[in-house]
Amino acid sequence: MMPDLGKYADTVLSAYAASILLLAALVALSLWRGRRLRRDMQDMEQRMRRDG
Amino acid sequence: MTQPAMNSSLWSYANPRKFLATTERLMPFLWTAALICLVTGLVWGFFFTPDDYRQGSTVKIIYLHVPSALMAINAWMMMLVASLIWLVRRHHVSALAARAAGPVGAVMTVIALVTGAIWGQPMWGTWWAWDPRLTSFLILFLFYLGYIALWEAIEDPDTAADLTGVLCLVGSVFALLSRYAVNFWNQGLHQGASLSMDAEENVADVFYLPLLVCIAGFVLLFIALVFYRTGTEIRARRIRALQARERAGA
Repeated sequence: MMPDLGKYADTVLSAYAASILLLAALVALSLWRGRRLRRDMQDMEQRMRRDG
Repeated sequence: MTQPAMNSSLWSYANPRKFLATTERLMPFLWTAALICLVTGLVWGFFFTPDDYRQGSTVKIIYLHVPSALMAINAWMMMLVASLIWLVRRHHVSALAARAAGPVGAVMTVIALVTGAIWGQPMWGTWWAWDPRLTSFLILFLFYLGYIALWEAIEDPDTAADLTGVLCLVGSVFALLSRYAVNFWNQGLHQGASLSMDAEENVADVFYLPLLVCIAGFVLLFIALVFYRTGTEIRARRIRALQARERAGA
C-alpha cells in the first residue's frame, strides 16, 4: 500500500510528519483552551447567580 | 432580501450571543467537512498520484506546502478585514476574530516554511536561501509573532485591538509581497505560482485535483478554527467582565 518514495522517502515523510504534528497541536490546544474557558465561564455565571 | 436588510443581518453577527449561537450550530459540519477534505486530499495525493519526472516523489509535499502558504497569506488578509471593521465600526467580535486567527495563520506560515525548507534541500541543495518569496514569508512569520505578542502585552483589550489593527495594516504589505514577490523580482530560487487563472501556468491535472481538495480542507479547517477560537475569545472577554464586576461589588 505504501508508495515507493525512492531516495526521497525521508524528505517526503518528514514533511508530512512535521505538518500533521503542527496541525494536530494547533487543533488540540485550541480545543483544550476552548473547553477550559467554557467551563470557567459557566462556573462563574452559576456562582454569580447563586450569590445574587 | 433588500440590500439594507442584508447589511443589517450581517452586522447582527457582531452581537457575541448571536455569533456564538450561529457558530455552535455550524461547528460540527465545519469540523467534519474539513476532516473529510483533508484526509481525502492527502491520501489521494500521497498514495494515488505519480512522481514528477524532475522532482521525483518530493512533489507530494505540494499538498501541504501550497495550501499552508495560501492560508498563511489569506489568514493575514482576513485579519486585516476584521481589524478594519474593528477600527471603523468598533465591533468587538471582529477584533476578537482577528486575534483568534493570529496563531492559526502563524502555524500555517511555519508549515509553509518547514515544508519549503525540507523540499528545498534535495531540489535546490539548500534548506534556505534569501530568495524574495522565502524572505518575505519569514518577515510575515515575524509579523505574526509580533501581532500575537502585542495582544498579550497590552492589558486593555480595546487599546490592544487598536494597536494590533494598525500592525495588521502594516503587515498586510508583507502578506501581499509574499504572494507576489516572485512576480516583482524575477530572481531567486522559488518557482512562480502553482495555481493561476492562466491554465498554462498550473501544475499538471494529475496533481491539480488532489491539490484543490487539500486547499479546500485547509480553508475549511481555518474557518472552523477561527470560529471556534473566536468563541473562546468571546468567553475569555466575558470572564474578564464578570471578574471586574465581582471586584467592583466586593
